[in-house]
Amino acid sequence: MTERGAPTPERTRFAQWLRPGSNPRRELLAALIALLVVIAFGSLMMLAAGKAPGHVWSLMVTRTLGDPYLLGQVLYKATGVTLTGLAVALALDAGLFNIGAEGQVTAGVLACAVVGVTLPAGTPAVIAIPLCLLAAAAAGGAVGAAIGVLRVTRGAHEVITSIVLNSIVVGVALWIGNEWLFRGGTTTGGKIAPGAMLPQLGFGGSAVNASLVIAMLAVAAVWWLRNRTTWGQAWRAVGQDPSAARSVGISVGRVQILVMTGSGALAGIAAANFVMGHKHAFEEGLGRGTGLLGIAAALLGRMHPIGVAIAALVLGFLSSGGLAVADVVPKELTEMLLGVVVLAVAAAGPWVRRREALT
Amino acid sequence: MTARRLIGILLAANVALVIAGWVFVPAAAKRAGSGLRVGLVFDVGGKNDKSFNESAWRGLQRARDELGIHVEYIEPSEGSDRESALRTLAARGVDLVIGVGFIFGPDLERLAVQFPKVRFAGIDYSPSPGVGDLPNLAGLQFREHEGSFLVGAIAALVSRTKIVGFVGGMKIPLIRKFEAGYEAGVRHVCPTCRVLSAYAGTEPKAFADPSLGEALASAQYSKGADVIFHAAGKTGDGVFAAARRHDGRAIGVDSDQYEAAPCCVITSMVKGVDVAVLDVVKQVIANEFRGGLHELGLAEKGVGFVADERNRHLLPIEVVTRVRALSEEIVTGAIKVPDR
Repeated sequence: MTERGAPTPERTRFAQWLRPGSNPRRELLAALIALLVVIAFGSLMMLAAGKAPGHVWSLMVTRTLGDPYLLGQVLYKATGVTLTGLAVALALDAGLFNIGAEGQVTAGVLACAVVGVTLPAGTPAVIAIPLCLLAAAAAGGAVGAAIGVLRVTRGAHEVITSIVLNSIVVGVALWIGNEWLFRGGTTTGGKIAPGAMLPQLGFGGSAVNASLVIAMLAVAAVWWLRNRTTWGQAWRAVGQDPSAARSVGISVGRVQILVMTGSGALAGIAAANFVMGHKHAFEEGLGRGTGLLGIAAALLGRMHPIGVAIAALVLGFLSSGGLAVADVVPKELTEMLLGVVVLAVAAAGPWVRRREALT
Repeated sequence: MTARRLIGILLAANVALVIAGWVFVPAAAKRAGSGLRVGLVFDVGGKNDKSFNESAWRGLQRARDELGIHVEYIEPSEGSDRESALRTLAARGVDLVIGVGFIFGPDLERLAVQFPKVRFAGIDYSPSPGVGDLPNLAGLQFREHEGSFLVGAIAALVSRTKIVGFVGGMKIPLIRKFEAGYEAGVRHVCPTCRVLSAYAGTEPKAFADPSLGEALASAQYSKGADVIFHAAGKTGDGVFAAARRHDGRAIGVDSDQYEAAPCCVITSMVKGVDVAVLDVVKQVIANEFRGGLHELGLAEKGVGFVADERNRHLLPIEVVTRVRALSEEIVTGAIKVPDR
């Protein structure tokens, strides 16, 4: 593996700044501060819109938790966001900022749907489900790997390449959809084989489905890899200090490419939630926004796999809750809050670390 | 300041904001009226798109003010929120759920089956392959080709260069209807006229790309076209921008778009989305709601063109008289307008 253009400490500083420290209490404080800022900001906007914040928040909670469908939608959103959140967190743990989860999800959705449609209708689930998952992971992983390889061998910054790849992947997926998949006059492709469909979990007809289990398994797997294996040690060492990692004999470039591949694959697997569990077809815009929410989930969850899952639930709640109270406050308000999450947590993390270090 | 103290301050701020809300915001008054609850979900453009969605919004507001119904609406931001927006309304016990745009088709079909007691209406809805009529789903379609025929005739009569343009949004059969009617209208009054035609794309975003609209329209004006009709949603804003820059003429779509460019918009092919929304609400109130497809053409005032005091300086009265006569001929069936 060539080390040409390998990252110097200088060049990973951006990701370093976002990376959480090792003290879990501080990270929890940072997440809490960010959440309180988000709630305060939301209340301010509601007041500005002439609504009583207490009323809107309680309406959001009671409607969302009181309606099985909306509760299911929270879980449905959280499933996808957990996977993309894990993807972003994994990369950030290794000092790389993968904001390409958006494109990796789309690649996964396309690959999963294409394989699902191609399979003969009688394919049993034991074959169809793993095949579709593999296709999704491979497609997302390929996009991730491309970013990793460009970074390691050409020194191209992963933030730039992943943004560019996002638009390329979305464009290519649309083109393929238009040329071969969409049925006349619609932006929806054909149905995947029944064997590849994941069962829904009820919740009043909500879209939440068995890929929730896949997301939970992914949380466990990443946690285990990160905390219990030499693999995890290696990628965290690279994230902390690439030159130190290199001096103890870790091949930094190799680790970075592998981590980006794994990160892309995790994001790609989110396709299970959208294609195999819900729409059962390729559809324009399916899964869009999940990659961006994944960044918020990774930051708010302070890169810890379980933290990411909890953050995904919070974001899923905000997103579905926004829909539930759309008759009282404009939906733009809750969308704005999702953006404020990223700002608040990016500011709160380093602040807490510095303050606590002083005292 | 320690993190702990910051958390304390933030908590206090949050409590203060909530209290401020209780103190300063008056409790919302309960609505009176016929008690019918109507929910509407907008397409990507949103309710202020100065076009299609806005027309639906006007119809809903009229229904609210004239019929005293209770109105709820949602503007979904992502494609994937479309279905959950419709479903949220249906599950909340709304009596009539309206989806604004062809893109709601498959979602409406699924929900109409799952909520047999809720009535659904889809603007521009056409059934997916293999789906029959559903008793609680009304598809409200427009004979856009008829209205487009009339503005095609206007374009040809007003044009000096005898070259006119068409800018479509997403290349789908629905928009092709506009183009076909427009072309037929141009040819009917001016067989030697040329029609330049361009589409903004093949995905829904093609309805929301003004800069591309401006590029396409500019190209047509440079090639000698002096009137351009657009059927491209928000992309059409770019067509108006190009008209202003090239001192050309443009024809609006769906709503009266005169205000978008008072210099240049000679008329608009209006689609009575507001009429359709108001009508379907009236039908539900009168217990006359019927599922299946409903077509609204010139005869039903579902489509038409704008000729009022505002655009008189751009639209000669002889042209209006001539086109009104053509409209009569279409209503009586003397002229058959192609839709493909």
